Amino acid sequence: MPTPAKLPDAEALCAALADAMRGHVDPAATALVGIHTGGVWVAERLHAALGLKIAPGSIDVSFYRDDFSQRGLHANARTSQIPFDVEGAHIVIVDDVLYTGRTIRAAMNELFDYGRPAKIDLAVLTDRGGRELPVAPTWCPHSLSLPAAQMLALDRAADGRLSFHVIEK
Amino acid sequence: MSVMNTGGNPQLNSHGELNHLLTIEGLPREVLTRILDTAAPFSEVAEREVKKVPLLRGKSVFNLFFENSTRTRTTFEIAAKRLSADVINLNISTSSANKGETLLDTADNLAAMQADMFVVRHASSGAPYLIAQHLAATGRDHIHVVNAGDGRHAHPTQGLLDMYTIRHYKKNFTGLTVAIVGDVLHSRVARSQIHALKTLGVPEVRVIAPKTLLPTGIERLGVRVFNDMREGLRGVDVVMMLRLQNERMQGALLPSTQEYFKSYGLTPEKLALAKPDAIVMHPGPMNRGVEIDSAVADGSQAVILPQVTFGIAVRMAVMAMLAGNS
Repeated sequence: MPTPAKLPDAEALCAALADAMRGHVDPAATALVGIHTGGVWVAERLHAALGLKIAPGSIDVSFYRDDFSQRGLHANARTSQIPFDVEGAHIVIVDDVLYTGRTIRAAMNELFDYGRPAKIDLAVLTDRGGRELPVAPTWCPHSLSLPAAQMLALDRAADGRLSFHVIEK
Repeated sequence: MSVMNTGGNPQLNSHGELNHLLTIEGLPREVLTRILDTAAPFSEVAEREVKKVPLLRGKSVFNLFFENSTRTRTTFEIAAKRLSADVINLNISTSSANKGETLLDTADNLAAMQADMFVVRHASSGAPYLIAQHLAATGRDHIHVVNAGDGRHAHPTQGLLDMYTIRHYKKNFTGLTVAIVGDVLHSRVARSQIHALKTLGVPEVRVIAPKTLLPTGIERLGVRVFNDMREGLRGVDVVMMLRLQNERMQGALLPSTQEYFKSYGLTPEKLALAKPDAIVMHPGPMNRGVEIDSAVADGSQAVILPQVTFGIAVRMAVMAMLAGNS
């Protein structure tokens, strides 16, 4: 399977995503929740770029995945950390790549086990198509089309730089 | 995958994944570590508004307790319920076993009720193994078996929650000296602890007990034996107390409980011989004034109540891993 000629620049997309969100989030009241692992990195960037007061949360959706009966428990499940009160909050779920929408559904289910948010938005760096659920991002600065056999993943280098690469499944 | 044909370890399926949890003995270090790693995120579930995750939704977990144990049964029940399973508790000592139904008949009947998991406690060593073997031989090993304590043999989830507790407080296992104190002879907990500690690489495991409460050949498990508690506690990082199992005591193994407390009860004065930051563990229920002094049980070095809390997360991890390895 050929790799697409040009993968998006993750750093530029982080900046573009922050620009798109600015003015639509309340620095004193909006809380970010990143989805492990790439979404957590992006949430950290957005948190700094938008000057948000509330520390970002992180979610690992392993316990809420809909393919548990086929695939079993994910080997490296991590602890979800929601350091703010979900009840009545404005929450932005942050992920690196939007694909089938199943991860987002799982993340929303998990968030509701902490309380009832007033509003949930979705911010992603890129949308690669292939949706299997009626999920749409609120903010998404980029889209591309990838065959099902390829996975688009975010990397973080030792110096903190973010970049995309393609994994053949 | 059959319990019979995997040869090496009847608990693992053909992919080397855990299909049943019957004993810690023979499980590779990677499997133990994976269980401990998996338990960590489960412990956070208890902090939430809704203390439940949907992993075992629609699954039926049968607690088969042929021997009474309110605490162990309760923690398994809470763990299964926090995984969203349906839990059915059967105290069989007061049920069909008295009417002459065999262990395997009971298992067959519950399997016919679409059971997905059996949590088995039995006074006879090997009972959970027998059920797992029977399920495999009859093509039903999609039903997972968890040993919740069998005779003097094993209590693997207790051993695992103890390892989780040690790792929580001591960060790693290499470099630790751990003492197991008390009625080793009757203790399935001690056996599971020793196998787990050795597998996880604890360099020095000591057992401290009077000769009458030690099984012969215990040294072969790679432990150092001490009959003098003061000598054995010197410089240890972890003190794991065992319950004096009065109800299992046949014949005169001990002069009296007062005498036992004098020699093998953990008092502040004896604990002072261990490292200053040593932790004190006990699987419960405690006999205060027999194996442990209240001043120690309620003292700052005791981690006995955290053990109970960690036990729920560890049992959630075990059940979720088994259910996911169908």
